[in-house]
Amino acid sequence: MSEPELAHAGLNLGDTGALTQDQAENAIFGFWIFLMSDAVIFALLFATYGTMIASTVGGPTPASEFKLLPAFVETLLLLTSSATFGRATIAMKYDEPRRVLFGWLGATLGLGLVFLAFEANDFATMFAHGAYPMRSGFLSSFFALVGLHGLHVAVACFWLVVMVGQVCAYGLDARVRINLLRLGLFWHLLDIVWIAIFSVVYLQGNIG
Amino acid sequence: MTVSVPLWPAVLGRFGWQDLPFVRAWENPTISEIIGAFAGALVVVGAIIVAALLTRYGKWRYLWTEWLTSLDHKKIGIMYIVVAFVMLSRALVEAVLMRMQQAVAIENPGFLSPDHFGQLFSTHGSIMIFFMAMPFLTGMINYVLPLQIGARDMAFPWANSIALWLTIGAAGLMMASLVVGEFSTGGWSGYPPYTERTFSPGVGVDYWIWAVTLGSIGSTMAGINIACTVYKLRAPGMRFMRMQMFAWTSLCTSILMIFAMPPLTVATLLLALDRYLGFHFFTNDLGGNMMNYANMFWLFGHPEVYILILPAFGVYSEVVSTFSTKDLYGYTSLVIATMAIAVLSFTVWVHHFFTMGQSANVNAAFGIATMTIGVPTGVKIYDWIWTMFRGEVRFTVPMLYALAFMMTFVLGGFTGIILAMPPLDYLVHNTLFLVAHFHNMLIPGLLYGMLAGYHYWFPKAFGFRLDERWGRIAFTCWVVGFYLAFFPLYVLGASGMARRTQAIFEPSFRPWLYVAGVGAFVLLAALTSLGIQLWVSIRDRAKTRVEAGDPWDGRGLEWSVSAPPPEYNFAVLPLIDGRNPFYDHKHDEGQPDPYASPAAYEDIVMPRGSATSVVIGLVAAVAAFGLIWEIWGLTIVALQVIVAAVVLRSFGRDQHRTIPAAEVAREHEAWLTRVRATPAIPRQLETAAVNRGLAEIVA
Repeated sequence: MSEPELAHAGLNLGDTGALTQDQAENAIFGFWIFLMSDAVIFALLFATYGTMIASTVGGPTPASEFKLLPAFVETLLLLTSSATFGRATIAMKYDEPRRVLFGWLGATLGLGLVFLAFEANDFATMFAHGAYPMRSGFLSSFFALVGLHGLHVAVACFWLVVMVGQVCAYGLDARVRINLLRLGLFWHLLDIVWIAIFSVVYLQGNIG
Repeated sequence: MTVSVPLWPAVLGRFGWQDLPFVRAWENPTISEIIGAFAGALVVVGAIIVAALLTRYGKWRYLWTEWLTSLDHKKIGIMYIVVAFVMLSRALVEAVLMRMQQAVAIENPGFLSPDHFGQLFSTHGSIMIFFMAMPFLTGMINYVLPLQIGARDMAFPWANSIALWLTIGAAGLMMASLVVGEFSTGGWSGYPPYTERTFSPGVGVDYWIWAVTLGSIGSTMAGINIACTVYKLRAPGMRFMRMQMFAWTSLCTSILMIFAMPPLTVATLLLALDRYLGFHFFTNDLGGNMMNYANMFWLFGHPEVYILILPAFGVYSEVVSTFSTKDLYGYTSLVIATMAIAVLSFTVWVHHFFTMGQSANVNAAFGIATMTIGVPTGVKIYDWIWTMFRGEVRFTVPMLYALAFMMTFVLGGFTGIILAMPPLDYLVHNTLFLVAHFHNMLIPGLLYGMLAGYHYWFPKAFGFRLDERWGRIAFTCWVVGFYLAFFPLYVLGASGMARRTQAIFEPSFRPWLYVAGVGAFVLLAALTSLGIQLWVSIRDRAKTRVEAGDPWDGRGLEWSVSAPPPEYNFAVLPLIDGRNPFYDHKHDEGQPDPYASPAAYEDIVMPRGSATSVVIGLVAAVAAFGLIWEIWGLTIVALQVIVAAVVLRSFGRDQHRTIPAAEVAREHEAWLTRVRATPAIPRQLETAAVNRGLAEIVA
């Protein structure tokens, strides 16, 4: 069997280091499948949100709670963080100096944490208005959807810190490369999910 | 429902003395409570006996290093199936208790309290689906699939082990609910609002939520692993259309798991948010909508039916072809039918709640989609019949199960068509007719299939055959018991008897309930016969050894290696040049000898064992236990341990060991020498003692 040129979707590391094509192919493919099952979870939470958006039971409504400006800033933060992560992956692929890799990973982590801080502030503001998840079905579904996304970002930030530790401990060996690629895919998925949240939750809430 | 006073809330959470069934039985010695205490005692005594035996024979270390921490897909598969048999025993006994209650509770309170009866049907259903059927089929796929596609292991051995241990941890929670506290009375589907805290404040629903959640996460992981194994680890030349049917059905099952298990996880976790934090997803008030739950649960629940049935279809395809001494008829149509079923299974979920109030047009669409599934299923039945047609059919135990399946399953399919028509479904919804229908599908469509696979592949896994006589006795009991226990339920259901009924006020139901009760005992006898069979088979194993590895003149690659196979499965990865490479090489002139020595051996890299996966699975169950009993500190510590274990593992290196080519060569050549000394036997003698696992080749 001949080796296909691009064996796995995502940034291809073929011929650039310790990583064999087979290792990367299986590991990255498996992670894509996992992301698909994760996407099913988000899809269901979106559907739940869609069915409960009118269940405000006299409490806070989308129009009264969702502010476009912070949501827009959060979107920019996440989009930029995806770009910086992409730059970090390229630094990994071409074995650029370690400080370049760490620099871009650090920037990504920073943007992720600032995003989380913005989101926490949004939630705190809503809580202060009496818009907490126990108030209505609408708010329950909002906090489950957006909260789960935030939880994912937090997990991804923790994972990023662990990966920096692994780069320090082992350099860029095959497993570190695979796991950085996986983390990258995870990070980009969260970006995509956020774009859906921005459209379905925040834009719809302000326009609809 | 027991209301007990918390003993020491800071440390023991909700726990109070009345949460122990022994204390309840002491304070209120009714038969119902005594049965509960007896069941709890059985769990405790059983655990103590197992621990004592392991200590007595000094087997702890062996068990830990060779089995529990093993990442070998074959051992993980066997452990899954052990879990399945243990849980099957419990759930079957519960079924017998329920049948007894209904048989005596005609204008009579019977011997089980309504609450106890509710727990019994909830645990029976939850266990049979999540902790009998799922582990059984996952274990069978785990064992057989890599051998069939020419792989040395699954794609992700460590994740494989975590999936196993999450399942074991969840099954442990089911067992713990017998000893501490109680179980849900909300049925296996756990519909809110009944399962919300307002109506079910006890720990029962929480046990259900967390056991099912852990099980569903484990199954998602198993599905990802199986799919990736099929996609990426096939031997050179093993194209998709050359795979054995069981590999195909495993692939379709794994795809269903990947897409259908997450909805279950979402449904149970949102219910948990309602219960623990006061959210309003499925509550009666403040905008909750329980129909969302029904949709999400059955968005999982219907594909789940095909997750359960497809692997059995794969087993039947293998068994019917092998024991009819013929190629599988209509291989391509079977592949297409399997894929069609997998896709269609996502389009029918609403038929589980036709009566919930959606419009007639929605019901009609889903009713038609439901009937459509009968088409590919029918294709399969015909393909198996045509496979047998003009074949030399050998009536071994697996083949008997396959035949019983074909007849019984078709009958269940007919009643399914009845239920698929919304107007008729309105009449029999929530009656025993439905109970009869899904047992009519799942007992032949899952249990018989798994048992057929168990008899078929047991010699491969352990190197000796199962006793044929006791196998036939068990088979007879499973089939007779099934018809006696469930066909009366069709009559009762059509007469209007509601399911899950603890007391009956219609004397004319009596004879049917008696027959069903007798059937339950026959099914219990069937399980006992399987136990006796295992005992007899192990005792007489010297007479039934099949080390050469091919006791049934098999077709797939799994029969080309020794029984039991070496840790690395294949000394040299095979080159695949056809659909039945092993069979064709054995039987056709001018083909390479499947028992020839390979030209060269290579070093083989296999994963080492891992303790972290055991820790993650069991500690996840501890975290769940903390949530159930509101022992928050325990949960927090347990979650930290899980994170630490994952990080620790990711920092680990040197997690593989290399088996040198010389060692592989020595083992393989020794086996080949023994094969050459093995007498080849004709098919007519395959159940006799002379069968040492080498098939006679008739030119």
